[in-house]
Amino acid sequence: MVADRLIADTTARIFADLAEPRTVNAAHDDAWKVEVWRALVDAGLPLLWVPEEAGGIGASFVEGLAALEAAGAKACAVPLAETMAGAWLLARAGLNVPTKRLALLLPGLRLNAAGRLWGQAAAAPFASSAECLVGIVEDADGVAHVVLVERPSQMECSEDLAGDERGSARFDGTLPVVGATLSREVGRRDLLLLSAAARAALMAGALDALVEMSVGYAQERQAFGRTISKFQAVQHLLARLAGEAAAASVAAQAAGWALDRAEGPLAYALFDVAAAKVRVGEAAGVGAAIAHQVHGAIGFTAEHVLHRFTHRLWSWRDDYGSETFWAEELGRHVAAAGVDGFWGRLTGNPEPASRSVGLEI
Amino acid sequence: MVQGISFAYAPLPPEVESLRSDVRRFLHEASKDGLLAPSAEGGAVRFNRDFSRRLAAKGWIGMTWPRIYGGHERSHLERFIVNEELLFAGAPLTAHFTADRQSGPMLLKYASEDIKRDILPRICAGECTFSIGMSEPGSGSDLFAASSKAVPDGNGWRLSGRKVWTSTAHLADYMIGIFRTAPATRENRRHGLSQFLVDLSAEGISVNPIRYPSGDHHFNEVVLDDAFVPGDHLLGERDMAWRQATSELAYERSGPERFLETIAVLVELVRILGETPDRYAAIGLGRLIAGLQTLRHMSVAVAGMLARGLEPATEASVVKDLGTAWEQALPAIARDLAEGVGEPEARLRFEHALARAILIAPKLTIQGGTTEILRGIIARGLGLR
Ligand SMILES: Cc1cc2nc3c(=O)[nH]c(=O)nc-3n(C[C@H](O)[C@H](O)[C@H](O)COP(=O)(O)OP(=O)(O)OC[C@H]3O[C@@H](n4cnc5c(N)ncnc54)[C@H](O)[C@@H]3O)c2cc1C
Repeated sequence: MVADRLIADTTARIFADLAEPRTVNAAHDDAWKVEVWRALVDAGLPLLWVPEEAGGIGASFVEGLAALEAAGAKACAVPLAETMAGAWLLARAGLNVPTKRLALLLPGLRLNAAGRLWGQAAAAPFASSAECLVGIVEDADGVAHVVLVERPSQMECSEDLAGDERGSARFDGTLPVVGATLSREVGRRDLLLLSAAARAALMAGALDALVEMSVGYAQERQAFGRTISKFQAVQHLLARLAGEAAAASVAAQAAGWALDRAEGPLAYALFDVAAAKVRVGEAAGVGAAIAHQVHGAIGFTAEHVLHRFTHRLWSWRDDYGSETFWAEELGRHVAAAGVDGFWGRLTGNPEPASRSVGLEI
Repeated sequence: MVQGISFAYAPLPPEVESLRSDVRRFLHEASKDGLLAPSAEGGAVRFNRDFSRRLAAKGWIGMTWPRIYGGHERSHLERFIVNEELLFAGAPLTAHFTADRQSGPMLLKYASEDIKRDILPRICAGECTFSIGMSEPGSGSDLFAASSKAVPDGNGWRLSGRKVWTSTAHLADYMIGIFRTAPATRENRRHGLSQFLVDLSAEGISVNPIRYPSGDHHFNEVVLDDAFVPGDHLLGERDMAWRQATSELAYERSGPERFLETIAVLVELVRILGETPDRYAAIGLGRLIAGLQTLRHMSVAVAGMLARGLEPATEASVVKDLGTAWEQALPAIARDLAEGVGEPEARLRFEHALARAILIAPKLTIQGGTTEILRGIIARGLGLR
């Protein structure tokens, strides 16, 4: 069974209509962000992962990630992934889900005995422009809570490589809007895992766009009396780019299936989510470099739309755990199973596997 | 998804996955009976007729073929699981692998009813070994430069010429090869080649070993000197072999054998790194695993397309390009991560696996279509050629 494309197609259409990269690259202000966000909200997309009974769409992770892939293919510059993940967490914790732009509370915070929030959170994508922040925070006893807070008026604001906003919030005894103790159904790292998978999907979409743009450009650009697409060196660059994009897409899709199959905490999907974030992050680096090479100097200008994708790829691969971070997780996860559990971890079937053993001399 | 290349992934369904446990139990038994013992000559390319017969008795050769020809009408996804488990185990598959993967499907599509009824059940019984006779001294990547000839003779053909790099021909019953039946035309240089089924025991055929640099004997020179084949051994359309090649490629290039041939290195690496590797090794291992897991998923995606009756030739080329590149890089990475780690016995095992992987790594990106040729095919899929 292949997942339903309807939601992804809707997402693609909204971005094409209101946030087409070529158009917004020439825009003088960010008014388009308001419009595209409104359209996304009207279509219910930020609440894709919220069950219907809680006012959402109740889409599967696979469908939601396919929507994010479509958004990534338009160099998504709004907190769609963050809001989807945050809203999922709130609903999962049994809390009301506000229809607000959400960003995440990254590590650095504690809840005190009175249930107040203290500390400085690490800089989070879109935190400086979100309306509310969502996260999983521990109290002094190590008990984890799901909390939703208003965005503080004072933030340390910064930008990622693409110029998208991020911010680090400081709390001195702020009372969350709502909170709930983490239930057994939710894992401490669920938000991180889901956000990593979401970034993988966005990157996979951006890589798809790079293939399309680069192939298109190679078929137009003339050099030495023919289009550069006729040079084998260029063809091979593009073939490699397409391969990286294909790997990224499959890895992101597989992460979605693993998340959908995880009953209870999403940590059951750790293997495929970590693998996706690593592999897609690698593809982002390779793919962005190839796309720039094929575009020549024109791609190295503010006017050209290419940087909307490549700069985001370079940022997204760092968000919610870089390749290095997730590779270490994955490496430890596999090593911990020992040599006899290795194949079981890869295949998801823990039964012991025989191997032709002995010294092959 | 990009034009021309589409990888819709869905995981193997639980009812298919359950086959994995059966295969592992089968391998456990085979192992107890000594069938997984490493061969004297070493390597995953191993020929063991008994093992193939046993596999056949389980219904795991010709899995997707029609029952009337001895097949089992199971899905490509089930075939994927069986193969993946066998490959991981380092099982001896050479006696049936080529026939199961590509020669059988080729015969199903293009051979006469008599031939199908004669040969396919023997393949399914694990009794029949195939080899592929495409390459010649003057024709490798450029398949259509083949000059070995087929000349009509009575109710059949006479074949002459030299095939090279013919894997397993010294142990095979048949070869499916391409032979020139007409000159190329000015409009189409691919024209004029036909595909023939060749009984290697026929008079006029000699098979001579060509050795790997390591000294191992896996491939051969096959010399044909006016060897007779009956008329119905011409497969498909005369002079049109070029059209028949593409579907074969989708089968040949996308399977897990494209990245599991030297998996022993990774297994032995995991062994010597132990359950709590240092940070450097954990990161390196994690990156290797992320690559491998993604390749597995891509290979499943292609199996899914085959199961839906598609011919994903471009996607198969992507899997082979990425898979062989990953596997070719594996020994250097493993060697780096393993530096200075491990108990002596585990190290010895690792180093043997590593040595073998280093020595065969160069061939991975040559056999079955070179990296450069694959990238040309992918470029065509992208509409660039
Ligand atoms: C282990 C092994 C087993 C094999 N088994 C079989 C078998 O069973 N049956 C069989 O028929 N063949 C077999 N082969 C042969 C294999 O298919 C050929 O080696 C392969 O197709 C390449 O052909 P070649 O060796 O003549 O190299 P060439 O075609 O001469 O290529 C040499 C180099 O030039 C590059 N090159 C060639 N053409 C182009 C181009 N158009 N653009 C860019 N670069 C190009 C190649 O990529 C390569 O790097 C086997 C090969 C090996 C290594």
